[in-house]
Formats: sequence, C-alpha cells, structure tokens
Amino acid sequence: MSNTMEAPVKVAPLRKKMRGLRAYPLGLIGLLTLLVLAGFCFLGPYLYPTDQTYVNLVDAALPPSGEHRLGTDANGFDTLGRLMKGGQVSLQIGLLAAITATVVGTLYGTIAGLARGVLDGAMMRLVDIFLSVPFLFVVLILSARFTASTVSLGLIIGAFSWLVPSRLVRGEVLSLRVREFVLAARVMGASRPRLILRHLIPNALGVIIVNITFQVADAILIVATLGFLGFGLSYPATDWGGQLSGGATYISDGYWWLVYPVGGCIIATVLALNLLGDALREVFGRQNS
Amino acid sequence: MILDSDAAQKADTLGSPHREDPDLLAIRDLSIEIRSGDRIVRPVSNVSLRLRRGETLGVVGESGSGKSMTGLAIMGMLPAGGIVTSGSITMDGKELIGMPESDYRAVRGNDIAMVFQDSLSALNPTRRIGDQVAEPILLHLGGSKRAARQRAEEVLALVGLPRPSEKMNDYPHQLSGGMRQRVMIAMALACEPRVVIADEPTTALDATIQAQILDLLNDLKSQLGMAMILVSHDIGVIAGHADRVAVMYSGRVAETGLTPTLFGDMRHRYTQSLLASIPTITHDKADELFSIPGSPPDLAMPQVGCPFAPRCAAATDLCHEAAPGLTLEAAGHSYSCWHPATGPSAPMRSRIATATATIAGPEATPRLSVRNLVREYPVGGSTLFGGRKTVKAVSGVSFDVAAGETFGLVGESGCGKSSLGRMIVALDRPSSGEVLLAGDSVTRMGSRELGRRRAELQMMFQDPLASLNPRMRIETILREPLDIQNIDTRGQRAIRVRHLLDQVGLPAGVMERYPHELSGGQRQRVGLARALALNPLVLVADEPVSALDVSVRSQVLNLMRRTQHELGLSSVVISHDLAVVRYLADRVGVMYLGKLVEVGTCDEVYSTPAHPYTAGLLAAVADTDPLAADRENGTAVRGDLPSAITPPSGCRFRTRCSQASELCAVVEPPLESISGTHQVACHFPLVPKQIASPTTT
Repeated sequence: MSNTMEAPVKVAPLRKKMRGLRAYPLGLIGLLTLLVLAGFCFLGPYLYPTDQTYVNLVDAALPPSGEHRLGTDANGFDTLGRLMKGGQVSLQIGLLAAITATVVGTLYGTIAGLARGVLDGAMMRLVDIFLSVPFLFVVLILSARFTASTVSLGLIIGAFSWLVPSRLVRGEVLSLRVREFVLAARVMGASRPRLILRHLIPNALGVIIVNITFQVADAILIVATLGFLGFGLSYPATDWGGQLSGGATYISDGYWWLVYPVGGCIIATVLALNLLGDALREVFGRQNS
Repeated sequence: MILDSDAAQKADTLGSPHREDPDLLAIRDLSIEIRSGDRIVRPVSNVSLRLRRGETLGVVGESGSGKSMTGLAIMGMLPAGGIVTSGSITMDGKELIGMPESDYRAVRGNDIAMVFQDSLSALNPTRRIGDQVAEPILLHLGGSKRAARQRAEEVLALVGLPRPSEKMNDYPHQLSGGMRQRVMIAMALACEPRVVIADEPTTALDATIQAQILDLLNDLKSQLGMAMILVSHDIGVIAGHADRVAVMYSGRVAETGLTPTLFGDMRHRYTQSLLASIPTITHDKADELFSIPGSPPDLAMPQVGCPFAPRCAAATDLCHEAAPGLTLEAAGHSYSCWHPATGPSAPMRSRIATATATIAGPEATPRLSVRNLVREYPVGGSTLFGGRKTVKAVSGVSFDVAAGETFGLVGESGCGKSSLGRMIVALDRPSSGEVLLAGDSVTRMGSRELGRRRAELQMMFQDPLASLNPRMRIETILREPLDIQNIDTRGQRAIRVRHLLDQVGLPAGVMERYPHELSGGQRQRVGLARALALNPLVLVADEPVSALDVSVRSQVLNLMRRTQHELGLSSVVISHDLAVVRYLADRVGVMYLGKLVEVGTCDEVYSTPAHPYTAGLLAAVADTDPLAADRENGTAVRGDLPSAITPPSGCRFRTRCSQASELCAVVEPPLESISGTHQVACHFPLVPKQIASPTTT
C-alpha cells in the first residue's frame, strides 16, 4: 500500500488534542496557574506547617512578619496557612461538584438525546423546571438544615449544576446519533448501553471536558458565596469564602492581609479555569472541523 | 523535444505575426503556498495555462490537484495564508498578480466572474435573488437601482429561469438546486464578463439537471462570446464540454491538449491510468477496471521527481529522481512525462468469471425479498384537525435478490433509494410492507431476534470517515461486530481481524491506527471489512464510492466486485451513478420519486431502456462519457423533480416526460413484464411489451 504506512503514529486523538493546547499560550498559563495553586494548597502545609486548630487570641490580627508571613486573623490563626487549608476545601468541593454534575448531566443528556420522543420531552422539561428554581435559596435552606461538610456541600452543589451539561450533551448526542458510525453500530446489533458508552460519550467528550473546567470555576464561586454568607463549613474548618467573609469584617481597620490574598486566590483560580476552558474549546473546535 | 514552458509558449504562437498575444488569459509558472502555523502546503507549483478568446478550457483533477486554487488565484481570492510565490497571471496583457485590491475589485465580477459549486451556500439566504443578481450590475456598471433590476430580469430570463419577473422576489431556499445554479450563473454573467470560471458548477446536481446546466453554460458562452474555464473532478463533464483540457495532478499540469487528442491519444501516464480507472455505461463488464495503486501525495511534503511516480507502473529511477520537463507533442498538446504512453491502455480481462448469470432458476425462496415497501415521513407539526403532511419517500417497492446476486438501485437524489436501503437493514421501520430475509420477515421480528439476525444483514456506508468512530482504533472497529454478536473467543477474533484486513488488501499495520490517519480509499476498505466481519447473507452498499477520489474509486470497486464473487454475497448496491451500478450489479432497478419504474438485467436496462426516464438518465450520462461517439441528447429529461409531499397523480414521471398523455395523469402504470426478466412501469414503453429484447443473453 502507500508508503505512509511504515511509521505508525500512536497518538490517541485526546492526547493529541492536549498537545494542541501548546498553540494557546493563555490556556497554558491557566493550566500552570492551576497546578501552582493546587501545589500551594496541598503541598504547602508540609513546607509551612501552622496550627489551624487552636485559637490563639494573644496573636490575633498581627500584620505580616517573619514568623507569620501573611499575618494572623482575628482568632490568631496564621493567614498563609489558613489560605492553604481553605484552598484545599474550596478546590475539593469545586472538583467534587463538577464531577457529580458532569457524570449526572452526561448520562441524563445522553439518555434523553438517544431516546427522543416523549421520554426526551419529559426529561428536558424536568431540567427546565429545575433551572427555574432559585438555586441559592434552596442551598441556603439545605445547608441550614444539614451540617455542611466538604462532601455534602460538593454533592449539593453538584446536584444543582448538572442541568447545563445535560443540555449540552443532549444537543451533542442529537447530532451524533444520526452519524454513520452510530448507524453502523446499530446495524451490527449494538445495544443501547454500548452505543452510549462506546460511541456517543467518547465523541461528546470534547464538549464534556471543556464544560468541566467551567463547572469547577462555578462551583468554587458558589462555595465562596455560601461561605461569605455564613452558610459554609462549620468552625474550625474553613474555605476561601469563609475566610473572605471573616476578613471583610475588619476591612475598615486596615487589616488588608485578611482580604486581598484570599480574594486574589479565588480570582486567580476562576480566571485560570476559564482561560483553560476557552483554550480547550478552541482546540476541540478546531480539530473537530 | 523537451522545452521549458516559456519556449513551449513561443513555439506554439509561432507563425502569428508581430507576436500578437492571442491569449485572453495567460498563467505562467504560477506557484502558490498556503501557510498555516508552521505547515506550508504547496497546492500549485509551476502551472502554466492559457485561455484563448471564446474557448472553453477544462481543468480536470482530483481533490488536492490544485485546480480550484488556480481558479481562486485568477480571481485574486486565495484563502487566508495563501500567497503567490512566483509566476504571473495576465489578462489582455495586464498583470493581475500584485495588483492593488481596489483595482482588482474592478476586475472581479466585471472582467472575470466565477460560478461556485454550492449554490445554497454561495447565495445569501436573507436576500431576494433579483437583488443579488442586480448587485454586481450596480457595483460595476452603476446606474439606477431600477435599471439594474431590469437588467437582472433580462439575465435571469437568459439563463432560463421560468417567469423571471415573479421569481425575482423569491429567496434562494424557494428555488430548486438546478434553478439556484441558474441564478448563480446569472450573477456571474450580469456584467458580461470576458472570462467565466466555473468551479465544479454541477457537482451538487443530479445527472439530468447537470446536463441542463452544462448545455446552458455552453450556449451562453457562444451567445455572449465569453471564454470559460471549466474546473471539475469529473472527466465526463470536462470531456463533453471543453475545447481544450488541462489535466492536473498534485499541483502541476500533467498534460494539456485538445479534448479529442487528450482523451483519444494521451501521452501522460496519469491521464492514461485515470481514464482506464473510470467505469462508464458502455464499459465491457468482462474487463476489470484499472486500479491506480496508492493515493495522491501529501502537498506539505517536498516533491522530488515526478509526483505521479510512486503510483505509476511505468516509473523508473529517473522518474523518482528528476521532475520531467514539458514536452511539446504537437501544436497545443504538451505533457510532462519521462515515459510517455501512446494512447489509451488496452483493456484488462477480468479474472472473475463473468458467467454470474447462473442465478439458480427454480430456487424456492429468494435471499432477500422486498414486499410492497412504503415509507412516509411526517413533515412539519401536525395540523390541529388531522390532514398531516407526509413525504412519500418510498411508495410500494417490491423486488427479490437471489443468493449470490447483486441488485443495483439507481435514481437521482430524493428518489427514496437510501430510505429503501435503510429499511432493508432494519435501521428504519417501513410504514407498511415488509422485508424478508431468506423467507423470514425482518420487519416483524422482535428486538431480541432482530439483534441476532442483524449479523446477516450488513451495510456499507457512503462516507468512510463519518462511518468509522473517530475515537476507535481500526482493530477495535473491526472487532466490534464480533464482540457485539459474541462470536468466537478473544484469540480467534484477533485472527479474524487480521484475516479481514488481508481480505481487503490492507497491511496489518493499520490495526493500531485511527480512521483519520488513513486515506479515503483505505477507510472505505475498512468499511467493507467491517461489513464482511459477520459473514452476512446480504450486504447493502449505499453510494459506496461517491465520497472517494476518482483514482481511488476503482480500487474499491474492484475489491467489492471480487469479494461479492468470492463470498457469494447477495448485495444491494445503491448509487446515483449509473456506471458504478452497471459495473457491480447483475440486475438493476431504476427508482423515480419513491417508485421502481424499471427493473431488468444490466444489459437490458442499459442497452434497451424501456422507461422514458431511464432513457433520459442514460442520455444525460452518455453526454458526459469521455469516449462516447455521439453526443445527442434528444431524450433529455426536462424540468425539476416534483415535490415528494404532493407527487403527481397517475404516473409520477409524467410532468417531465415527453410522451405523457392524459392517460398518464389518470391511471398509474403498474410494473409489467416486457420480457422474462425485464419489467417497466409505463403506458408507452420505449420497448414494446411481450417482445424480448434481442441483446439479452
């Protein structure tokens, strides 16, 4: 056959797409920022151990110094150490919520798109109903009734965030299901689960991955909002939103180190995720066409 | 004698006094590069072409041969990243390359106009066609809006748009494809350009409409005294309508010459191979089509030697090392080949015994049987009080396919042939009627039994890239049918996959690859291998080669013909291409608007068509047969396909039939035998009923 046959290129399409990211410097900056932030939150405590359990009112609200690089807060906790601890929680909840939302949304959307007809109509109207519920109130009520933990908050946020991915995935499946390779699988006698898992979801993966980045960013903002409103995690656990709310109380006293670092972290994380998502969308969009 | 292109040019114009330039448009040594990122593609290298006043120059080549890019360069409309690296394009002695954009705008549409391929995307969907045709007139000739509209109406009448004053106010989507193409031509002609570039003007159209449009272009050209560059991948279109032809391959001109010379006495090996690899409706079925091995070269790679050398049977070391210069054979006939051919190659006798007509006579049950199949699709929302509109895609079709037989289904787009194919493989359920597989009704099977029996009914799809899951390796794709049907053990499946690849002539190395890493021909081989994996009884092939490049088609056609014979498959081959069906099928059914109008053996239908529609289709195709002796089209099909929502009463073809009478509007003609194997649905068949046609063997 042709001589191009000799050197087989063994690059999976997905990995190739990740390589395509190189052409988007902003996306790369986003990815690096995220890696640095994750390293800071999860590895930082080993390099910079601090006591985040016991209140130490003697050292309350100290400005940055050699001992406390970013000062201390009103309870005497080291701010830099607290930033790491809060960041762990924020990132964990964000990731958990995004994964929950994506898994549920993808399955829901695929089933609806594949079924079409009455079932599809009913499933999507349910999504419309959920989308019209003022989500923040429900979460506030729920978190007032249940003690919030990392897992429960992640699941609650996830349970309200799957609606957008389900719509996206359904749209993708509607166009994929009439593609010839799906018809070919049906001609072979492939079952519905097989169609969904082997043919539809792998090909909708581009849309799904891009959406995950935005989901994580949204979830982190929601956690921050909840924390800021005082419905976040219970003391002494904390997250970036809770820290920000604590710091904001003292903003008129000039305790800048309680506000700007944590605010900066939230902005940096969300911005980085959005940059990465945009770049991924470009990569997938370009290679699919 | 070997000359460079400049010398060739001089030699050709010798004899004309004062070296007066007889060319309206001259392209000399044109090279184009397209840069995207760090990739540089060279779609055109050292192309020289000339267009004389009043002539039609046909430019023929496969996708990626540089033919369209040359046309765009003349218009000064290269895509982003595209630049002319060397060479010149002159019109009436005026250099176009490097001309300021503002000056170029005055040339475009005024001196040189272009007719595009896809009339639906090339026309603005939000504007009335009258305004769109008037636009270039306003831009180039000025004058009042009213005068421009008046001129637009004149041009629309000229291109044969019925009732132009009414149609002026229509939007593009309200017109049929053929009518839209006429509007496109009207736009191009509005300013009476001196050169028209028609880039694949009929590729998106059906055979009968294509013939109408090509004739129109020809008439207008002589009427208005224009010169035309006709760009097409379809050798037939070029052969039927060009005075001179340039064959392009891999960004270079392989051969140029007068049309009869080029097709009757070609020199370049590529021209020779290409012509031998195309099935025609007059092709002797005992001859195998010539297959050009491999696929066209990657234009991003530097080219050394003759670009066709890797695929050429006559290639020697010289061909791989040095690019051949231009050789001048006779006035106007030149080629670039080290080992020129002397005319068309001799036909190759097929190794396959052609005596396939041994279809067992009194066999009890046919392998596949289609009984009164009807499929109607609802359109639009249901109206409140019933009366829902439906598209009658398939309206009562019946035929049988015996074991080992290949049945061809031909017809134009919208005739229902693909809907029929889908129902046969149970991808779609008929509204009524049934499909019998070896006597068992597929239509009435429960989902569990159907799941199992699907193995016996396989399908080969049109677009080989779309029909292979882009996220699976070839090995997984070929193993999937075995996995689904749970056939063999794991180890045996791996062996079977290797065997399948071998069967379709692919190396084992492709197993690790993804579909996008293969060429179009290789992908379609994978498509065939997958369809064969389950040892089906019936294979339905829907337009199996129409997405492939011309030089790759014959590879797949030969492969299909061989496997059909080796495996004793029963197949249904669906195609709009009469020649493809003739090459593959034993018997053929002609469809028109959801109905079979004629059924018979290939010989009967192609040599003595009994239905006026079949005759018209054949005439439209014969018109574009590069080797056809006469180009009459007295039986041409007029007009457009009627709507399938409200098909005509009686005979559905009567609105376009030259023989239609009142009877045809009232009584629908049934499918009746005119000989043992030949049936036709017509009140006035071209072959008298009950008299066997003499050519039947």
